[in-house]
Amino acid sequence: MDENTIICRCSDVSLKEIRELIAQGYVTYDEIKRLTRIGMGPCQGKTCGQLVLREIANATGRSMSELQFHNIRPPVVGVKLHLIAEEAERNEE
Amino acid sequence: MKNKADIVIIGAGMSGCSIAYNLAARGAKNIVVLEKSFICSGSTGACGAGFRMQWGTEMNCRMSKFSTEFFEHANEILEYDGDIELRQSGYLMIADTEKELTQFRKNIEVQHACGIPSRMVSLEEAREIVPHLNTSILSGAAYCQKDGFLNPHKTTDAFYKAAKRLGVEFYTFTEVTGIKVEKGRIVGVETNRGDIETRIVVNAANAWSQGIARMVGVELPLYSERHQILVTEPVEHMQDPMVMAFNLNLYVQQSPHGSFIMGRSDSSEPRDLRRTSSWHFLEEMAKTIDKVLPPIGQLRVVRQWAGLYNMSPDRQPIYDKVEGVEGFYVAVGFSGHGFMFGPVTGTVMAEMILGLEPSIDASRLRLSRFAEGKLFTEPSVV
Repeated sequence: MDENTIICRCSDVSLKEIRELIAQGYVTYDEIKRLTRIGMGPCQGKTCGQLVLREIANATGRSMSELQFHNIRPPVVGVKLHLIAEEAERNEE
Repeated sequence: MKNKADIVIIGAGMSGCSIAYNLAARGAKNIVVLEKSFICSGSTGACGAGFRMQWGTEMNCRMSKFSTEFFEHANEILEYDGDIELRQSGYLMIADTEKELTQFRKNIEVQHACGIPSRMVSLEEAREIVPHLNTSILSGAAYCQKDGFLNPHKTTDAFYKAAKRLGVEFYTFTEVTGIKVEKGRIVGVETNRGDIETRIVVNAANAWSQGIARMVGVELPLYSERHQILVTEPVEHMQDPMVMAFNLNLYVQQSPHGSFIMGRSDSSEPRDLRRTSSWHFLEEMAKTIDKVLPPIGQLRVVRQWAGLYNMSPDRQPIYDKVEGVEGFYVAVGFSGHGFMFGPVTGTVMAEMILGLEPSIDASRLRLSRFAEGKLFTEPSVV
């Protein structure tokens, strides 16, 4: 695969950057996330997550099921803060 | 894994990495850092990324100035192959009560005595600095241009890599399970991957430091409390400084990437090392931002997360060598500002451990201050 392929579309991270970090010894999803911003954008890793885990699995010889993805945190999709505030105030009334 | 070391540091967050680097840079050898997860996996990795010099105690003003001056040159000093992403785009501290404004004025006197370029700003000027600020609910503001943000992950990585180049060995996913003491002095550390003989242990485990201290029979006067943050979708640049308010209870910055990162504190948060997310935080944060900076309320939240503050009784850290357990050092109790004090932490602890002349006097941060009743509470903490 072309190493310039974009793995993380939210933050424009290429396959090359991921592979370089893995080669330097950053072999957990969370470490790569913290250094490149993968999984921090609007998709929250729904696009890049499996791709990055597969790269780690290939490089380390571990199976993907052994590897840890980042914590799943709310919300599932982006929600406007104003709507949450409005709803919270309505519930208080 | 090594089975013998001169110094073992527990915790590889900002504090542990900075202590390791500062020790090695002063010529110490055979240093091992033990981390139960990955580098920067604890409080540092979950922090709000800000650093400021606008404090209310002289000690914190001096320490934050020392750290800021380090951060300004950190890429070069640490010979980092990345970028710590330092941006000195200011902190705007906003007040909505006269009482808080009076505190700001007092703080600024302390800051000026330390050479910190902070100043009071009118509401009009505050609106020039942050145009979307709802000044109709405010009574005044203070500002320091030299405050700002830097990337906590990259900064910790810079210290980690520099320490590694100087020969420090890091063992990740290695959990300390016990500390061996003989005749009142440290003789070794037990981990899930084997034991290490050592005569010096540095407890830099922050939120988990009470558990480490109990392994040598020491009860630290600390508790760990969950603090939450949320982040929005990225948008075009619209805000330079961190906006911070103690009474209105918020801090919010726009990251270099464009997303807004914001947090607030809540004294009813659990103190049991839980790092889950709560719905209550999301609602309270949304209401606060909607009131104080209404246009940001129109952005979508994409994630919330949680980290732990290691709170001390006066909301200041403890830098000390523990009486009664020879060779046991603590750099703990950061109360939410361990990341920004990282350079000071490393310097103070390295000089203390190696018996060097201190370049910054941190003796007031000794552990015994609580027993002596010599607390000096920092008034300006979120």
